[in-house]
Amino acid sequence: MDSILDIARWQFGIVTIYHFLFVPLSIGLSALVAAMETLWLRTKHEDWLRLTKFVSRLLLINLAMGVVTGIVQEFQFGMNWSDYSRFVGDIFGAPLAVEALLAFFLESTFIGLWIFGWDKVPRVLHASFMWIVHIGTLISSWFILAANSWMQHPVGCRMPNPPPGSGCVAGPTQNGRAELTDFWAVMFNKVQLGTFPHVIFAAYMTSAILLVAICGWLYGRAGKPASEVTGAGDVEPESAALGAAAERRLYRRGIRLGTWVAIVAFAGVFVSGDVQGKIMTDVQPMKMAAAEALFDTSDTHAPFSLFTIGTRDGRHKRFAVEIPGLLSFLATGHFDQRVEGINDLQAQYEEKFGPGDYTPIIPVTYWSFRWMMGLGAAGLLGAIAVLWLTRKERAPTFRWYTWIAVWAPLFALFGNSVGWIFTEMGRQPWVVFGMMRTSAAVSPNVSTAEAWISIVGLTALYAVLAVVEIALLLHYIRRGADPFVEPPDRKWGQRDDDDEPLTFAY
Amino acid sequence: MELTTVWFCLIALLWMGYFVLEGFDFGVGMLLPVLARDDRERRVLINTIGPVWDGNEVWVLTAGGATFAAFPEWYATLFSGFYLPLLLIVMALIVRGVAFEFRHQRPGRAWAAWWDRAIVIGSLVPALLWGVAFANIVRGVPIDADKNFTGSIWTLLNPFGILGGLMTLALFLTHGAMFIALKTDGDIRHRARRLSVYLGVVAAVLAVVFLAWTEVHTGNLASAILFIGAAVCLVAGVAAAALGREGWGFLGTFLTLLLAVAGLFEALFPEVMPTTLANGTSLTTTNAAATHYTLTVMTIIAAIFTPFVVAYQAWTYWVFRKRIAVHHIPSDELAHSSRAKIGLDPDPEGVVD
Repeated sequence: MDSILDIARWQFGIVTIYHFLFVPLSIGLSALVAAMETLWLRTKHEDWLRLTKFVSRLLLINLAMGVVTGIVQEFQFGMNWSDYSRFVGDIFGAPLAVEALLAFFLESTFIGLWIFGWDKVPRVLHASFMWIVHIGTLISSWFILAANSWMQHPVGCRMPNPPPGSGCVAGPTQNGRAELTDFWAVMFNKVQLGTFPHVIFAAYMTSAILLVAICGWLYGRAGKPASEVTGAGDVEPESAALGAAAERRLYRRGIRLGTWVAIVAFAGVFVSGDVQGKIMTDVQPMKMAAAEALFDTSDTHAPFSLFTIGTRDGRHKRFAVEIPGLLSFLATGHFDQRVEGINDLQAQYEEKFGPGDYTPIIPVTYWSFRWMMGLGAAGLLGAIAVLWLTRKERAPTFRWYTWIAVWAPLFALFGNSVGWIFTEMGRQPWVVFGMMRTSAAVSPNVSTAEAWISIVGLTALYAVLAVVEIALLLHYIRRGADPFVEPPDRKWGQRDDDDEPLTFAY
Repeated sequence: MELTTVWFCLIALLWMGYFVLEGFDFGVGMLLPVLARDDRERRVLINTIGPVWDGNEVWVLTAGGATFAAFPEWYATLFSGFYLPLLLIVMALIVRGVAFEFRHQRPGRAWAAWWDRAIVIGSLVPALLWGVAFANIVRGVPIDADKNFTGSIWTLLNPFGILGGLMTLALFLTHGAMFIALKTDGDIRHRARRLSVYLGVVAAVLAVVFLAWTEVHTGNLASAILFIGAAVCLVAGVAAAALGREGWGFLGTFLTLLLAVAGLFEALFPEVMPTTLANGTSLTTTNAAATHYTLTVMTIIAAIFTPFVVAYQAWTYWVFRKRIAVHHIPSDELAHSSRAKIGLDPDPEGVVD
């Protein structure tokens, strides 16, 4: 870590992975809260309002962290990666600007209206605010993923020597930068069409699993005598008075809603991931080969390895458990198709782009690809286990039941993280595939001292905030859902009462 | 009009929006320990901006994104050049943002006190540093022929830059006090109004010196008119506040910030980041710009969606137009506390009341 390049790369990895812990939860929980509030309006059942308020607390804590860590994301392109910004700004800047104009304003304004607006607007309008926030998160995802997809597979642009196979044309540009020629091509990049549903379904799945885990744990607690309840401490509301049966009914609703959302979302993740794999094989064959640590081209029935023990440098395998033909199917849709290996691709790239190492770090891509799929599936199994263990008002008494509730959402969340580690590390050494190397993207005029101050300062701040955030989340999870309180039922055109206290205040 | 000029104007508008909106948020944050006498009053202050501060902050994110898209070279040079001030601003905005959201999440004076400090520092640092940054953009900084900033943090901390920072600090404090006087009721309203007059006098002195210096350094006739307009509005606003007219007072500082930022951009045009090096390259609206095609796409999108953004943000202010006083702050969370349940005074130290 002695060069600005290494520091800038580590910083990008740290702050982006951290930011993306909050993003999927904000996307998914905003949809779940909006759905719960709508269910309350439709069914008038108080459980749905209690769940709305309970889950919204967790959403708001996460959303605050997602919003503030997002500022760093927008600033650091210019701060640490100024040559990247100069090279791609004509294409990459537009989605970022449009994201701010179309999505950030929507999210931040309507979340304020939702938080403080219980007594200010009619109930239907209030519920619509959370749907608008959710739509804002989807718009935001669309634009930022379009920007990222462009880095994976540049399209709709012009530059002096575009890489063969990209969707860009040759032509003179200012200082040889990449220039936009077709905005719609960037918006509907084929990589984007696979990535967007994959990321959004994963966000729904992760949030739904979190809901199941929390409700599952509270369901288990509600069945125990008060003297055995640990952790409730002095923050436990009058839940005991409400009766354990009513509490169980409440949390069981959350478990059911969450599990079914998680199952459907998992199907979406699975199908979109399959589509993505085939697109990736087409536009970034090296990433697919690196995901499999497939060194030698396999002419037919390329095997998918479940796990491998390789040599230290990751270049040779010693032992592997493999399923024949599956990789061919993942990559191409046919069990007997040819899949190109790393060595052949390396040789091809040297011919195309000149001498250099075009291979990502294989152990990272190989294992992150597996962890992504394994952790996602493990999270879903945890949610299904909770649903099954709580069927017909059964009370799970196993000791490891709590551990399912703790680990299932973490598995799903970390599945998101390693998925991004895979897709970004698998693109290396490129920052824009075939166009610009990461080593050429860094700011030339930033000193290592400045870069060190930045990475240490941000990491330390994020660490402190992580402790605060986790403590707050645990505090509210242990407290459970508050008792039902009828919210104001404001009529259309009703005037404010000037002396009435605010329904909600910071 | 050239599209590059259109986007220069749009970015100027975004910064004007940011300064007039988040300007009072910063002011409210900094005045927290000055104006509020107890926790109820601190909560009154925080709740005047509670529903809107996040939307106000998006103006700067949009300004940053628009600069990246419309003038990539400007974005790259500015952000990599003003590295440490921007890092400090980002960290301050992070701390301040979570402080608003986390402060009310747990009872207890110690918890709230930590977040109060975070709000004050998180408001003060950007209020000062945005001024330093803008003063240096207008003044010019060493930029080499490759459009890279070659100075350091000490280059930026020159007298002109520091004066610019002090001016935005004083203006945001005045603007915040005016906002509090307009949005609260009871004793704190009158204290805020009185304070806004004193702060306004200090801000007026700093603003006149800084804007005159800018005018001499790089100004033109249009910027002179805008600067004089800003000064007149500030004096008129302070006079209105002194006479007890809070609405006119707030309008005064509102227009002051609008006109001052407009004047700074007018003085800058057509350059966006002038260089102080003889053999360096000044960034201009032409040599820093994106292509005509990108600017066309962005112009269409901005033309369609900006009116909606302004409309729903304005509507939010309408929804939350009610003045907030101490008796509006709910304290029923104490009824749920464990102390209340076993019959003890839930708030023996008088934290909430």
